[in-house]
Amino acid sequence: MSGIRIRNEWLERHQFATRILIVAAIAVFLLLLVAARMFYLQVVHHSYYVTLAEGNRLRSEPVTPPRGLIYDRNGVLLAGNRPSYELDIIPEQVADMQETIAALSKIVDIRPEDLKQFNELVKTKKPFQPLPIRTNLSDAEVARFAVDRQDFPGVDIRATLARYYPLGVLTAHVVGYTGIISPDELATLDPAQYNNTSQVGKVGIEGAYESLLHGSVGTRQVETDAQGRVVRVVSYTPPVPGSNLYLSIDVHLQEVAQQALGEYNGAVVAIDPRNGEVLALVSTPSYDPNEFVGGISPSEYARLNNDPNQPLFDRALRGQYPPGSTIKPFLALAALNYGVMNPFKDLMCPGYLYLPSNPNPYRDWKRGGHGEIDMPNAITQSCDVYFYTVSLKLGIDRIHQYLTTQLGFGEPTGIDLMGERDGVVPSPAWKRKTLHQPWYLGDLVIVGIGQGYLLVTPLQLADGVAAISMHGERFVPHLLRAVGNPMSGIIHDVAPRALPQVQESYPNAWNIIVNAMKNVVATWEGTAHGIGVGARYSIGGKTGTAQVHRKRLGTFGEEDESDIPKALRDNALFIAFAPVMDPRIAVAVVVEHGGGGASTAAPIARKVMDAYLLKQNTGKVVTP
Amino acid sequence: MTFSELSFMPARGEMTFGERLLRRLNLDGPLLVAVLILALIGLAILYGASNQDASMVYRQAMRLALSFLVLLGVAQISPQFLRLWSPWLFALGLLLLLFTLHSGHIGRGAQRWLSLGIVRVQPSEIMKIAVPMMVAWFLHDRPLPPNWKLLLPLAAIVFVPVLLVAIEPDLGTALLILSAGAFGVFLAGLRWRVILLLVVILAVIAPLLWHFMHAYQRERVLVFLNPQRDPLGAGYHIIQSQIAIGSGGLFGKGWLHGSQSQLDFLPESSTDFIYAVLGEQFGLIGAIVLLALYAFIIGRALLISLRAQDTYSRLLGGALSMALFTYVFINSGMVSGILPVVGVPLPLISYGGSSLVTLMAGFGILMSIHSHRKLVAS
Repeated sequence: MSGIRIRNEWLERHQFATRILIVAAIAVFLLLLVAARMFYLQVVHHSYYVTLAEGNRLRSEPVTPPRGLIYDRNGVLLAGNRPSYELDIIPEQVADMQETIAALSKIVDIRPEDLKQFNELVKTKKPFQPLPIRTNLSDAEVARFAVDRQDFPGVDIRATLARYYPLGVLTAHVVGYTGIISPDELATLDPAQYNNTSQVGKVGIEGAYESLLHGSVGTRQVETDAQGRVVRVVSYTPPVPGSNLYLSIDVHLQEVAQQALGEYNGAVVAIDPRNGEVLALVSTPSYDPNEFVGGISPSEYARLNNDPNQPLFDRALRGQYPPGSTIKPFLALAALNYGVMNPFKDLMCPGYLYLPSNPNPYRDWKRGGHGEIDMPNAITQSCDVYFYTVSLKLGIDRIHQYLTTQLGFGEPTGIDLMGERDGVVPSPAWKRKTLHQPWYLGDLVIVGIGQGYLLVTPLQLADGVAAISMHGERFVPHLLRAVGNPMSGIIHDVAPRALPQVQESYPNAWNIIVNAMKNVVATWEGTAHGIGVGARYSIGGKTGTAQVHRKRLGTFGEEDESDIPKALRDNALFIAFAPVMDPRIAVAVVVEHGGGGASTAAPIARKVMDAYLLKQNTGKVVTP
Repeated sequence: MTFSELSFMPARGEMTFGERLLRRLNLDGPLLVAVLILALIGLAILYGASNQDASMVYRQAMRLALSFLVLLGVAQISPQFLRLWSPWLFALGLLLLLFTLHSGHIGRGAQRWLSLGIVRVQPSEIMKIAVPMMVAWFLHDRPLPPNWKLLLPLAAIVFVPVLLVAIEPDLGTALLILSAGAFGVFLAGLRWRVILLLVVILAVIAPLLWHFMHAYQRERVLVFLNPQRDPLGAGYHIIQSQIAIGSGGLFGKGWLHGSQSQLDFLPESSTDFIYAVLGEQFGLIGAIVLLALYAFIIGRALLISLRAQDTYSRLLGGALSMALFTYVFINSGMVSGILPVVGVPLPLISYGGSSLVTLMAGFGILMSIHSHRKLVAS
């Protein structure tokens, strides 16, 4: 056995040595092949490749396209481009960089962050490329530099196009802004389209329609000398400018809504219920988007970010509020659909409702109660006890089912802006998952009056009331109304996107609810009768007053709001549409800590509807 | 007739200080010096290839230093220990590879990375070493040359990881793993008629392989056959690379003086196409000096394998040496236009860290095989 092993060992060694020789020979042969190939390229065809290398001096450079313009529905400019001057330094043409920058800072304002950005660029770019040390020079700075230009070899002023927002604060949350491309964004953008641009749409329409607004870059074939400097331009393919966008927003309405909100924090959303076009989208307070163009200063950004009123926060899309009583018409529709209530059968409202096993009553906002009351009157007078009962009869599963699948609560509406929030339509599964708690009957009862875990965005409310006004016909809310090609002048309309009809099995349900909402404004018992005075059109509405502080639960309407510190006051809500028979506008108003829905929110909605319906524009897209 | 008579190391009493240090650290002097020279040359070329980006050179130097520590560490592990652990490393590599395919990080369109807390590992890199180790482990106790029955398990050891890496898709690494495994089997004495048969089978299934290739991989082959097919797209690399090399001439344009590499005409100039930068700046002389240095390292590594005393060390050492050759040949062949473009870096020269660690670990194994000879009784 071992003898055989030793013989094998010797044979194996011998064989291994042979194989090593073979692979070594293969390696030597193939490496010589590479060497021969190098000889062929570098010696035999050397002059041929030298000629080709010389020819490589033709280089193509990208030319940035002008960004598309943004207009409102009447052709008012919301975002435009204006010439802006930047100060460029060509590092290799400057003898002493320190000295030059020191001299420059005497005539133009060079902030530490400008210097930091410039030094970063110096490291990554080539020494013959002009690099910006300051952007957005003022006219005075341009003039001062022009006088001393001869003292600064290698420094020059370059005109570029910068974004600006003529209406600034008024349309900030709709239009958004462009800003310096961040490294994260750079990774997702097509480098061929963006390597000559420093700006990209960040939020709002600017962010959502970046691909339309950007256009596509042109190219410039340039001849360079041996160091890579441009000697002359050989050919030029112009860039394709970005598309112009025409929004459904009406800046006049926007202004009215913003002024009506005044000093309050809140949101107003107005939608054309016939097609889902968003007419106004206001969130207060707002900010000046022009600050962001070309990079906002860190201190300014910190100021905006730390402001307790959160001006950067778009309440219309991202604010999640308890809907309060504004949810009642939606729950009534659910109750009718599932056949759990007879709308014309009276229910006794003694001013409170007791649940078994709970000694504390659920109170009605009206002390002493509404007495015998049916569904339309319960909406008109906003009877809490009636809707506690509606909730109990529907049960959370059917409420969840109807509000989410039929009316679009609890999920994004699909508006063409980024960052929209879902809101919350609670369910036992949701509560278990997020709060790790079981579902209680008490959770269900207060859903009936839009309290508890139920949260909606102002946009969802406006979208929902638009659906009611159209008797269940729904559209995806959208801002983009038409896209214009700046080269051909052709404007393409964006078609509204219809959603499936809201399911409703009770024969006359829509008329019952719409009429009840009309009576909210039109009758003396209506909770918002005050705002109907003098209106030249009919209004359907529903008030809501939502408690934001747990401490005050169960004290509905027992105190005078003006006695309460502002931060503890209720949120005021109002949803409305008009005219009732032929709706052209649906509005949702949310006023944070505004007190009562009827007193604070409803008048704002009236102003917006007046502005739209009484000074109704033709609605045609106007080309500039 | 003992192999220790062939030893090229003097007896303990006659050693100089340097020799004693090398002995202590289990290192082979010539191999060590050649690797260090190569690494230094690499840093100099990188400086010229990256538009004099000192921070890039610094990062690469750090990586070299770290992976050199790996070399030192691996050199201390005896081949027997490596042999015992071979199947486990192979199994781990296979598991990680499967896991990467399932949930790996997608970089540049391919799933290659696996995030393990703070470190990201590329399981395909482990396989470059684990596959030849497994082949050597499998053949260690068996009479050589391998008979027919062993072919199937050997094929599985080599082709399962190769296919898994190829579908990531990382064709370059798959080729390197294949070459390491295949050279191991070849060195074990695979009979010529079997080799002939394998070549015939390959010729038959080549059209099938073509069918399974990604579109970009097919395009690379087509463009290789005719670069003018797409001069500004896929053919651009090949054309620009050859212009850079050809315009370098016999002596080159001088360090930091290549217009092709300095003016950004040459893509991937600091990674896969760095050999073209060398060709442009140092000419044919530089290109051949570098090839000669590689030839020396490969030759030294083969010599170490030849002198090894057990089957496992011989096969593993030989396979790793020839894997290094494959690296050099595929890269220089692709850059000079005699092979299609495959993503294989130039070992120790190209910018990048993941393959560096594997390479240095491979050198460490060779050092270990060299210095542990006497401990292995024949």
